[in-house]
Amino acid sequence: MNNSGETGQAQSMTHGIDLSKIERSGESHILSNETVAMSTDKLNLFYEEKQALINISMTIPKNRVSAFIGPSGCGKSTLLRCFNRMNDLIDTCRIEGKILINNEDIYSKHVNVAELRRRIGMVFQKPNPFPKSIYENVAYGLRLQGINKKRQLDEIVENSLHKAALWDEVKDRLLDSALGLSGGQQQRLVIARAIAIEPEVLLLDEPASALDPISTLKIEELIYELKDNYTIVIVTHNMQQAARVSDYTAFMYMGNLVEFGATEAIFTNPEKKQTEDYITGRYG
Amino acid sequence: MIRTWVKSGSPWIWLNAAAVSANLLIVLGLLSLIAVRGLGHFWPADIYTFEYQKSEKNSITVIGEIVDTEIVSAARALDSGIKIKNAEKEIKRFLVKTGNRDILGSDFRWLTDARINNRSIEDQMMVVERLEWGNLYGRLISVKTDSGVIEEDDNTWGLLHQKMKNILILRDKIKNIEKHDIGDINYKLERLRLRKKSLQLKNSLDTEALNAINNERDQLNISYKKLQANLAKLYKEIRKDSMTVEVMNNKIVNIPLASVVRVVRPNAMGLLSKTGFYFEKLWEFISDEPREANTEGGILPAIFGTVMMVIIMSIFVTPFGVIAAVYLKEYARQGTVTRIIRVAVNNLAGVPSIVYGVFGLGFFVYFLGGNIDQLFFPEALPAPTFGTPGILWSSLTLALLTVPVVIVATEEGLSRIPRSIREGSLALGATKSETLWRTVLPMASPAMMTGLILAVARAAGEVAPLMLVGVVKLAPSLPLDGNAPFLHLERKFMHLGFHIYDLGFQSPNVEAARPLVFATAFLLVVVIVILNLVSISIRNRLRERYRGME
Repeated sequence: MNNSGETGQAQSMTHGIDLSKIERSGESHILSNETVAMSTDKLNLFYEEKQALINISMTIPKNRVSAFIGPSGCGKSTLLRCFNRMNDLIDTCRIEGKILINNEDIYSKHVNVAELRRRIGMVFQKPNPFPKSIYENVAYGLRLQGINKKRQLDEIVENSLHKAALWDEVKDRLLDSALGLSGGQQQRLVIARAIAIEPEVLLLDEPASALDPISTLKIEELIYELKDNYTIVIVTHNMQQAARVSDYTAFMYMGNLVEFGATEAIFTNPEKKQTEDYITGRYG
Repeated sequence: MIRTWVKSGSPWIWLNAAAVSANLLIVLGLLSLIAVRGLGHFWPADIYTFEYQKSEKNSITVIGEIVDTEIVSAARALDSGIKIKNAEKEIKRFLVKTGNRDILGSDFRWLTDARINNRSIEDQMMVVERLEWGNLYGRLISVKTDSGVIEEDDNTWGLLHQKMKNILILRDKIKNIEKHDIGDINYKLERLRLRKKSLQLKNSLDTEALNAINNERDQLNISYKKLQANLAKLYKEIRKDSMTVEVMNNKIVNIPLASVVRVVRPNAMGLLSKTGFYFEKLWEFISDEPREANTEGGILPAIFGTVMMVIIMSIFVTPFGVIAAVYLKEYARQGTVTRIIRVAVNNLAGVPSIVYGVFGLGFFVYFLGGNIDQLFFPEALPAPTFGTPGILWSSLTLALLTVPVVIVATEEGLSRIPRSIREGSLALGATKSETLWRTVLPMASPAMMTGLILAVARAAGEVAPLMLVGVVKLAPSLPLDGNAPFLHLERKFMHLGFHIYDLGFQSPNVEAARPLVFATAFLLVVVIVILNLVSISIRNRLRERYRGME
């Protein structure tokens, strides 16, 4: 496995990590004590010639919060975007291996990608509400499914906004433009939009990195609330955040999944030295 | 000192500011020139009575308005056959509009200042605007009605005005009957003829159908006869009255009121009534049909034709350009081929417009139009229906001319939509086309409008290709009227741009047409500005709706 090649070697020098010690054999990170929501099997991802994910095999537990941490460019967002096939949008991207959801490979040919994405919701780093009213933003996914009855829409919109802890703030101005909301409100609106179509899994790609501390706190509380009903995968730069909100944490480094385990164990007693170095702030 | 000034960058700023000012001055100068020369034409000018020494012994009276003043050098004056008394270096001369073309042979005449013995402004002088032969200048002598001749006194003028009011009402009635009622009947008769012919061609003209057609035709003929009788009565009524006018050189002429549009005494008018008259003339200019080889009356059909052509063009060009841009940007594989297509599209915008005219004539008019005629209008052949220049082909030709602009603008708009918005939509389970229709295209709509604005601006001012594919000097009827199917896309139409060309270069009466060239040019600018303002306000509304995406 020399795909990361010389650049990898050079980078490792700056971090003071001996790359040869990183597990390269595609070690399986399978949690035996949890129900499985999704799993990857020897997942490799390339951007043209450059390999961004290396032999990743892991399981994502159902109705738990799993956090991906790691330095910038380690592939945690790329991995997240594999679960709802968002990487399909990039022409040069090529994927090997399998991702199983309900024992079905989502990369097999006859998978309906739109239907898959409906089941695997996603929230992005920067709030991206549509330039429509607050109501229409939440109703967007429902209308896509052909739900157009006003009563039904009203009910789901209200419920979703309640779940996203936004209802009280916007109930009087549902028909105003969503672009008039603050960044934190916009991000919660986007979460409401995602949960309105009742996905099985919620992928959060650094959902709080563009927000102020109070908004961040609200989003974290929200994640805590939502985990009873959803399988949540969150990518974060912020280790405290990962420690606060997640049940399981995966540490990634240069396209490798270094370690995956219960958050408490990862943060207090990591198995791998690289993980410890990163968590204690020696690099990254 | 100077070096620090140069270093500070001020000269550069001054240069930029100067360039901007120069541009502004040019634009404003252009606009004010055409505005002043065009709009000034409608202001009622004073009528002078000149005592003019035509030759040594012979002195004449010339009545008219001064149109232009010119200083000519003596040599040039000699060359053009003007005799000069003293050793003058240069002479001043006036161009006087004398009107009375039916009596004098021409509308204008040059008067040398030195030979004018006397000039005066008489309150009694009046301008008679006529349906034919242009203006007539003179003094009112009497008004003849069926009850007798009323000689000039203080009341005649009032009486004449009363009569004129009546005449105008009658003329409106006549025009209504001739243009609309009889026009409708003629249109229907023509349709009947075509229906009969088409049934004959299909060999399905049985007695029943024939009877029905004949029946209808008889009905139409009966109502035509009725209208004809009505018309004869009106004509008799309108021809009852006339007036006698003393024109220059004490000649007395008799003028039937039926041929008079309006009579005014500009010399006796105050500022207020002059202003009123001015706006009346201006309104006539934009709301009436042209008369006298387009040198009199208004230009409504040209305004109408221009606006309608632009609207039809927009209807074609917007969807066409947007669909092409969406394919190029969203679906086509980005590579050498798309790059070549893009370059080709951009270059299309640079092809001279007359080339599009030639293409439109060859492809749209002869090929498409000819085939449409063969397929759908065989009954009218050999007279072409669509196989001849018309407003549809003009609009299509201009749509072709402007489609690159719309494509480029739309593509730019599509590429400005943030990726995160598309991803947000896709992540909610939308397919690519759902994302496109529900989010991307609405957000790109201001850009499409920008493309349309540019297209409209270009199309409205385009003349050259239109001369090949549908514009005419005088269209008998508008492309939109009360006869089903109301919109007659095959008809020829008038266009402001072509109207300017026609007035300026093709008019038999160049001097009379010149102010109208400016007035029409000004109007063309106004129409384009209005069309642009409308689309800009639509775009701003759309922008407001989708704001905050940048």
